[in-house]
Amino acid sequence: MRLLTHNMLSSNIKGVTNGFPLRIEVEKMVEKEVELNMDFLKNMFAKVEWRALVEASRSMGYSELPDEADSSMLDSDEFLRKFHHALLELHLEEGALVCPETGRKFPVNKGIPNMLLHEDEV
Amino acid sequence: MKLKQLEGILGSLQQFENPKIELEQYPTGPHIASRLLYTAENSFGDVSDKVVADFGCGCGTLGLAAGLLGAEHVIGFDIDAESIEIASSNAEELEIDMDFVQCDIRNLRLSDRTIDTVVMNPPFGTRKKGADMDFLSVALKVASQAVYSLHKTTTRDHIKRTALREYNASSAEVLCELRFDVPQLYKFHKKKEVDVAVDLWRFVPKNSR
Ligand SMILES: C[S@@+](CC[C@H](N)C(=O)[O-])C[C@H]1O[C@@H](n2cnc3c(N)ncnc32)[C@H](O)[C@@H]1O
Repeated sequence: MRLLTHNMLSSNIKGVTNGFPLRIEVEKMVEKEVELNMDFLKNMFAKVEWRALVEASRSMGYSELPDEADSSMLDSDEFLRKFHHALLELHLEEGALVCPETGRKFPVNKGIPNMLLHEDEV
Repeated sequence: MKLKQLEGILGSLQQFENPKIELEQYPTGPHIASRLLYTAENSFGDVSDKVVADFGCGCGTLGLAAGLLGAEHVIGFDIDAESIEIASSNAEELEIDMDFVQCDIRNLRLSDRTIDTVVMNPPFGTRKKGADMDFLSVALKVASQAVYSLHKTTTRDHIKRTALREYNASSAEVLCELRFDVPQLYKFHKKKEVDVAVDLWRFVPKNSR
């Protein structure tokens, strides 16, 4: 699972109001190279939750993203490369996504998070 | 990529091994899947360089077709782990990077409008009434650009009305009518397959870009 997918997922347990962002527990991560698409990145920048991406990439062991970012930084190739790497090239393979409010863990196996709820959570 | 070529590749994908009838697991055939994605890309520009979600992805045909047509990021959502496993090996076979999330679409919480386009062949609601409407309602909440979906032609008026009045669609348009082979849905049917008339829809959410 890429961090772009992580960036749009929230804890969906009934009653949880602050389910975003899910904390990441990493047992295994992989990197897969993909071509950089500048227009795509510029477009995504307006949509991603920056803080969540920064925290997520740090828990994956990548700490190159600045704490704060604004759209003027998109003119820098170096910034774009880092943003691209964090958003699309880091994959969580094994581990868990943790609900920030309840601590409930959603397991991630073979890169696939299991967000199914138990009966009493729906 | 040519339409025929796309259809050919989709025809080579692995399909459900032990379809679960209660989840309405039947493949979206290569003919329909290729036309859905081809239209989305070539008539509307809703696929290449976009974030595309495949709701009820099953073995992944629709999402993978989006990947083949140049989607930047594709996510398949399904409730069933076995199907996702097949979809994931299909993705590997085609060397397409696709993410998957196992979840029940009905209680999925996604941030609004990060996804550009949703493509789906929802359960038609033959086993669980209203299943297709649940999918449509969530799809129109999360898509920023368009939702492509298949629904039984007999429900056309209902779909249009509900999408426009209740689900925040600014337009709901039938692009074409297709025939769909639905296997063994009805126990009382003697035939192995029933041929159902299905509409290919394009919905545009309000506040789309
Ligand atoms: C008609 S099939 C779609 C097939 C898929 N397009 C393909 O080509 O393989 C419907 C799919 O929706 C999934 N499904 C059914 N109910 C669901 C739910 N509540 N949440 C998520 N997925 C569901 C089923 O597991 C099945 O894979």
